[in-house]
Amino acid sequence: MGKKLRVLVAKPGLDGHDRGAKVVARALRDAGFEVIYTGLHQTPEMIAEAALQEDVDVVGLSVLSGAHMTLFPETMRLLKEKGAADILVFGGGIIPREDMEELYKQGCGRLFGPGTPTADIVTYLKEKFPDRI
Amino acid sequence: MADDLKKIAQERQKWQQGVECGDSSRFQTLSGVPVDILYTPVDIADSDHLRDLGLPGQYPFTRGVRNNMYRGRQWTMREFSGFGTAKDTNGRYKFLLAHGETGLSVAFDFPTLYGRDSDETISRGEVGKCGVAISSLADMETLFDGIPMEDVSTSMTINGPASVVWAFYIAAAEKQGVPSEKLRGTIQNDILKEYIAQKSWLFPPEPSMRVITDIMAYAAKHVPKWNTISISGYHIREAGSTAAQELAFTLKDGLTYVEAGIKAGLDVDTFAPRLSYFFNSHLDFFEEVAKFRAARRIWAREMKETFKAKKSESWLLRFHTQTAGCSLTAQQPENNIVRTAFQALAAVLGGTQSLHTNSMDETWALPTEKAVLIALRTQQLIAEETGVVNTIDPLGGSYFVEALTNELEKQAYDYFRKIDALGGMVKAIEHGFPQREIADAAYRYQKLVEQGKRTVVGVNKHVLEGEKLEIPLLRIDPTVEQEQHQRLADLRKQRDDAKVKKCLADLKAACAGKENVMYPILEAVRAYATLGEICGTMKEVFGSYEEPPMF
Amino acid sequence: MTTRELLAEFRAGSKRACARLMSVVENEPDVAAAVLDELYPMMGRSFRIGITGPPGAGKSTLVEKLGRECRNRGKTVGIVAVDPTSPFSGGALLGDRVRMPSLFTDPGVFIRSMATRGGVGGLASRTKEVCDVLDAFGRDCIIIETVGVGQVELDIAGAAHSTVVVLVPESGDAIQIMKAGLMEIADLFCVNKSDREGADRLVMEIETMVGMKARTPNPECRTSEVGDRRLAVSDWVPLVVKTVATTGFGVSGLLDQLEAHRKHLEGSGAMTERRRESIRSEIVELTEEWLRRDLWRRPVTTGRLNELVEQVLDGSTTPYRAAEAISRDVLAAG
Repeated sequence: MGKKLRVLVAKPGLDGHDRGAKVVARALRDAGFEVIYTGLHQTPEMIAEAALQEDVDVVGLSVLSGAHMTLFPETMRLLKEKGAADILVFGGGIIPREDMEELYKQGCGRLFGPGTPTADIVTYLKEKFPDRI
Repeated sequence: MADDLKKIAQERQKWQQGVECGDSSRFQTLSGVPVDILYTPVDIADSDHLRDLGLPGQYPFTRGVRNNMYRGRQWTMREFSGFGTAKDTNGRYKFLLAHGETGLSVAFDFPTLYGRDSDETISRGEVGKCGVAISSLADMETLFDGIPMEDVSTSMTINGPASVVWAFYIAAAEKQGVPSEKLRGTIQNDILKEYIAQKSWLFPPEPSMRVITDIMAYAAKHVPKWNTISISGYHIREAGSTAAQELAFTLKDGLTYVEAGIKAGLDVDTFAPRLSYFFNSHLDFFEEVAKFRAARRIWAREMKETFKAKKSESWLLRFHTQTAGCSLTAQQPENNIVRTAFQALAAVLGGTQSLHTNSMDETWALPTEKAVLIALRTQQLIAEETGVVNTIDPLGGSYFVEALTNELEKQAYDYFRKIDALGGMVKAIEHGFPQREIADAAYRYQKLVEQGKRTVVGVNKHVLEGEKLEIPLLRIDPTVEQEQHQRLADLRKQRDDAKVKKCLADLKAACAGKENVMYPILEAVRAYATLGEICGTMKEVFGSYEEPPMF
Repeated sequence: MTTRELLAEFRAGSKRACARLMSVVENEPDVAAAVLDELYPMMGRSFRIGITGPPGAGKSTLVEKLGRECRNRGKTVGIVAVDPTSPFSGGALLGDRVRMPSLFTDPGVFIRSMATRGGVGGLASRTKEVCDVLDAFGRDCIIIETVGVGQVELDIAGAAHSTVVVLVPESGDAIQIMKAGLMEIADLFCVNKSDREGADRLVMEIETMVGMKARTPNPECRTSEVGDRRLAVSDWVPLVVKTVATTGFGVSGLLDQLEAHRKHLEGSGAMTERRRESIRSEIVELTEEWLRRDLWRRPVTTGRLNELVEQVLDGSTTPYRAAEAISRDVLAAG
């Protein structure tokens, strides 16, 4: 039995636009991954703690509210603090290019903008985690 | 069927034999309604002109809510805007009014939409980002500084904390010496669609419905020109619904508010004329026009026949429209100007009362001044250059548009029946029914785009390889958050804390009892209690809400 | 990190190590046995509560409220929530956490979502083992939420000390509950959303049915593998508790009843009896699993298999006789 890829999909902050997060969660399920969906209005603390307990390989954050420069770094910092720096954080939303560059520098995984086919996200995760099924 | 119709049907059939119609599965509306290659009078054989269309300004208002439509009054050009601090947004409002905008529309930031103060932990990173940060009466005073609240009509997109933010507005007007009787505008205050789509709720459905009926009662008495609920399909559509779902869920929400008002002992004709609607205008041109027309007809019929409203003002569905944000693309953003123009035209041909046109840069950030000016000019072009405003409902009588109007109406009633079978809209929401229908539609649509069965120009077709973003973006100064924290800290120092405590205690008692909560909310607001304090107090009594997990 | 290091960190109370060991137990059967063997002396202290019931009964919300109530009483909590694996993709959407946000950052709570991965009785194939890890981690109460997709979900009775069957007025009448086999596994009934119409009628129906069952125990059950195991080992009569999980109404009473059931199990010797049964079935299962894994690694089986496949193909034997032949060879080889 191979190990299944476990992904946490979360909506941090107060933004309630969950169409993208849900479509992605479903597409990842249909790609054969185990997706833990934590729902709306999550703080970075909640997300990091959930990622830890669920022993996920990767955390996907959806941020459309413009708060990405706070929420992504904070989630990554907390994971590190909890000894789980190896859990990859990636995401999507309305994120200007310069901000993407800055977040990449901080060690963030790929950030997907509007109009991304879900297949690209699946491909990205499969390439990142070749030993998972 | 009359003989001439039979003849047309026969001739049409003969005609079609020689026509290559193509793969019928490719010809559907954006929402998946099959579209025929040709429509004739046969397709609307069951329609009765006076019964189903009527004349403008007359029941059932299919052709429009006013007898002279845009010859009498242009639609209100209302650009939804707000960012940064109250002071920043105040500047943008003055800019828009100076360039011919005719009404204001306030976009609040997420903490405000969610009833939180700018300095709460959960607000980190969100202050002033997606709209303006309003945490107290002091912020509202700044927002309208130098803008005569007696003259301007203001729409406020606020739901969960609508009662409190509306109280900020009323109290700010008092400071300008404007009595509440003179105020004109709208609060969105549509909590049902928050559970369905937008997800910025504060309390569970039942106490939320109670606060809404309190608002309706208060307005009927003290703010008679105010639209107390803007029943919104916009967010339902943005969450991925079809046109028929937007129509059905939104109208069912509206009918649910009417029921609640009647159940709370209000006379339907006292509050129904103050209900208005807010729809999305998406890309499928004719489907959108048909949707607006069907909405007017359904509402008029339900209000007159089911709820026995007597005043014609209670029957007519007035609506604001916003072009579809979800249709805009990050790729080749200038194309969004064209998309928005088509959508705006559909709204006007559908008979909208006010309109917001999106700016081309909104998939990237809040709009720049330049982008929002083009959006406003788009409306002015339609109104003043195209000539479409000269006659009423110019698409009325088109076989296709009438058939599509009938079809959307039918689909809406199909949904009404399903919702009724679940025990009404509140129960259906608790079951997650509309949420699941929307999530399914969104996923279906995404799959179609990815399979190339739906074209999105610049995304899955006509792509520019190696495209670089060449439009400037609005950046929100990161110091906004600190500035706002400071303002709040100062406010808390300067006000009379004992008075605030007393007001909040009174509010808590009112929430637990049956008293109209608007009165104690206003008292607390006048004492400069903050949004977070007031909403927090209400939550202590009403509890909070967790949604059912639906994908 | 090696398994040994993980175990050391686990002993030091690391949540991360606990989570990783759960994954090991779930994914790596070869290592799992060694890990669980290592943890075994630390197990056996937790009280395991099973929550089952039809879809829409409000199980997740009830689990959250029950978890919070346990915390209020000073107990640490583990929650294992099971959702179905998609038969089409093998993936899963695990959404039970959506209902439990208030527990996320409580250091005394550990929540784990599991996909069924082929488990058919309402649990994942490794739910019991994941609970064992939580048990060894020192959680006082472990709450297990079954899939809740409306199929027969009876495995929970074997994995929990006390099983709560959650129903709502819309669930239908008591006859249907009976048919679904829920009557047999319930130690407690919980009528949730009890502020709705029809709640009292449902309570009465269940009480009537429970009364009937209590008077007519199955005489076969002491010797039978199937049948009504619960009534055989105790004279506990399931109570019906009314709750409104969204407001927390009745949840404290439910936990009181669960505690009472636990005392009853301990006092009547039923707990020991139940432990004996569960150890027996565990050994049986582990043995079968061990044999199954070992079986096709033996030259005596792999070689014979290919041979026999050919013989079935050419008509000289049948699959039935072939299987018997392999089995005899294995047993003879010792």
